[in-house]
Amino acid sequence: MQKQTAIELKGVTKTFGTTVANKNVSLTVNKGEILSVLGENGSGKTTLMNMIAGIYFPDEGQIFINGEEAVIRSPKDAFAYKIGMIHQHFKLVDVLSAAENIILGLRGEGRYNLNKAAQKIKQISEQYGFEINPKKKIYAMSVSEKQTVEIIKVLYRGADILILDEPTAVLTPQETQKLFDVLRRMRDDGKAIVIITHKLHEVLSLSDKVAVLRKGEYIGTIETREANEAILTEMMVGKKITLNIDRLDPVSPEDRLIVSDLECVNRDGVKVLDHIDFTARSGEILGIAGIAGSGQRELLEAIAGLQHIDAGQIIYHDPKTGKEENLRDKTPLQIRDLGVRLSFVPEDRLGMGLVGNMDIVDNMMLRSYRKGKGVFLQRKPPKTLAEKIIDELEVVTPGPSTPVRRLSGGNVQKVLVGREIAASPTVLMAAYPVRGLDINSSYLIYHLLNQQKQKGVAVIFVGEDLDVLLALCDRILVIGSGHVTGLVDARHTTKEEIGLLMTKTEVKHHEEA
Amino acid sequence: MKKHEAREPLFHIVKRAQIPLYQGILIRVAAIVLALLTCAAVFFFLTQKSPVDFYRSMFNGAFGTERRIWNMAHQMAILLCISLAVTPAFKMRFWNIGAEGQVLVGGLACAAIMFYFRQSVPLPLLWVMMTLASILASMVWAIIPAIFKANWNTNETLFTLMMNYIATQLVAYFINVWVKSGSGVLNPMPDAGLPKLGNAWTLNISVVAVLTVILYIYLRFSKHGYEIAVVGESENTARYIGVNVKKVILRTMMLSGAICGVAGLLIVGGTSYTINANSAGGQGFTAIMVSWLAKFNPLLMILTSFLIAFLQRGTNQVSNDFKMDNSISNIVTAIILFFIIGCEFFINYKLVFRKPSKEDAT
Repeated sequence: MQKQTAIELKGVTKTFGTTVANKNVSLTVNKGEILSVLGENGSGKTTLMNMIAGIYFPDEGQIFINGEEAVIRSPKDAFAYKIGMIHQHFKLVDVLSAAENIILGLRGEGRYNLNKAAQKIKQISEQYGFEINPKKKIYAMSVSEKQTVEIIKVLYRGADILILDEPTAVLTPQETQKLFDVLRRMRDDGKAIVIITHKLHEVLSLSDKVAVLRKGEYIGTIETREANEAILTEMMVGKKITLNIDRLDPVSPEDRLIVSDLECVNRDGVKVLDHIDFTARSGEILGIAGIAGSGQRELLEAIAGLQHIDAGQIIYHDPKTGKEENLRDKTPLQIRDLGVRLSFVPEDRLGMGLVGNMDIVDNMMLRSYRKGKGVFLQRKPPKTLAEKIIDELEVVTPGPSTPVRRLSGGNVQKVLVGREIAASPTVLMAAYPVRGLDINSSYLIYHLLNQQKQKGVAVIFVGEDLDVLLALCDRILVIGSGHVTGLVDARHTTKEEIGLLMTKTEVKHHEEA
Repeated sequence: MKKHEAREPLFHIVKRAQIPLYQGILIRVAAIVLALLTCAAVFFFLTQKSPVDFYRSMFNGAFGTERRIWNMAHQMAILLCISLAVTPAFKMRFWNIGAEGQVLVGGLACAAIMFYFRQSVPLPLLWVMMTLASILASMVWAIIPAIFKANWNTNETLFTLMMNYIATQLVAYFINVWVKSGSGVLNPMPDAGLPKLGNAWTLNISVVAVLTVILYIYLRFSKHGYEIAVVGESENTARYIGVNVKKVILRTMMLSGAICGVAGLLIVGGTSYTINANSAGGQGFTAIMVSWLAKFNPLLMILTSFLIAFLQRGTNQVSNDFKMDNSISNIVTAIILFFIIGCEFFINYKLVFRKPSKEDAT
């Protein structure tokens, strides 16, 4: 059966300054079909879809919707063409209910009739198998529920073409399965669905066709049944690479950092960390898994001395002196003065780990600027370090005096990780260190973490991709809404087991540990 | 479905890559030329006189006589001094718009020392007292909002703005106390003035020149300057590397206040030998512009403060020569600043117009 085309792009080009985000991209999406747009971070997937959704306007090229040339100048135009995009970062009003968010901004008859809206929402939910309570407020919702609201919002407006930007990035394996079921039902209903992703196994299990972008260029579209991971990776990266992460056995692990009964309360009086117990050992990578926002950030910041601690202890065993130090209620500077070599690669790279407007040399200085007598800075040692990191980690930059915000995500991370490792740490904490990185940079980071592990560093790795956690770590600590919900041996566990632990709410601590 | 016309918008805005230095300078020079032409056009529209007269009068006002040149240089120095004062705070993203008040309080302290001690204390000691009092008073004025900001995260913009009004009223109050006649004018006390180097303006100008260099070095090469930049860019990063953010805020505002104190000292102790509620003359606000236009670089501020001072002196002459209202000065300044600030848009973005023959292209 010949399928009708829903979207056709012809020679679409978009540039930002000298960066070419999309170069001469042509692709087709049919009705009743799921197309995956696959590409590494920075390959231009989101930019391309934003042009269909009316957020950007193409510099060159044409867009055809249902066979007719379309000019989409704003999201409103996109809605007129029945295109709906679900963005990676949700655009919802927290204090309003699901139904209120869904009808927000609609014009026409009955737009203030919440009951009628609720009915229609119910009807949509039943049709596609959503679970949603229209009266629930957004702030009380889980990430997956919020995503559901976003999807219903575009369906409510009658969208026939749905674009989802990295929809599974924040979901557990179980939630992902549910979402995929819904998407399949929508496809069978004749809708055209585009999903942006960089996860190969999702592409293979969900989509009918895969379009691959690489550095803004369109590489090609293939039928999913003809594809496998190796073919797709080669299309994405442009060369064959092996996707194996090495995992060596830990060498004589010793307890390095013992966290016991840790409790943190945030400004709103909510316990973000509750009775956290765990031990990080030298020569070992301890993974931390959990749904985004379950307390991972607070945990690492508490250890680093950036978070107020309400109860509990963080004991550091100094491998040289054999002394024990309690890091609780110490500032980062005091921790350093104790001789604790704690390195921290925070989640927010340009907002915490680095200063975007400063150049690489000045960013190197962040950790070391106090060194040296006198009131003046010494720019020589950081400059040497910057040059060394650029050289060893192959940072792509015009030079050491380029502001780091001008670098690509992978290179920014190389600068940050390079600096933290250069301090020869005994404990290295990394929060989502490969988020947004291309495949090569990601593997470089895994390699660096493994190197540190072999040197006897206690590595704590907060990750989101369970496949990576399973392949890289020795043990995995699972956190669910501020509690430890499990500690598993990464060599003998499954994704499903971790997925279940991530969503577990009732915890009996102590007995379990 | 609504039928859409298949037409591109007339133009759209595209972000530029980094442009070469000379192009940036070229765009800025073009903006100033355009601004001057616009000013001349407005002037012609208002007076029906030749724009050449307008330019001549402006130039004359700034550089006409030796005295005028000194006057302008002095005005520029005072403006630069206050701009230097607000700069460390601005680099820290602490929006100190209270320089006006801080200068005034510094000047008031100076005037108080002159008023009470000029008969009893020998001159060199009096000068030291004047200097210390000015700096100390302005520091106090600056550190109050900083304490509130550092401890309770209050809004420093509103806080420093309100402190200006208090400063103005304080000055008015003390003039009432000091001037028994009730005229409201404090007679100048030149006998207590700071020593002169050469002519009446050289001391002030040299002090500011030295300060400019010192502040440039402080911000660019010192550990403190680095901390200020980090706190300004991201407080989270500052905490992450163990900077005591509170301490940096307080220390930097003390510095900011101290330089305002110097400005107050130079205005009262070095120039007018008296004080009134208008002694700072709005320069505390103009300084914000000078500092921003120079992107917080003390050396570039020499240029921007020159530009502003030139505009002020020049347009004053224009309004004198052509018997115009003082508003002409505001109009001209506004037009020129509009163009200078507006041209930043063309440095960061360019407009791409619809191609006239789209069919040929496809």
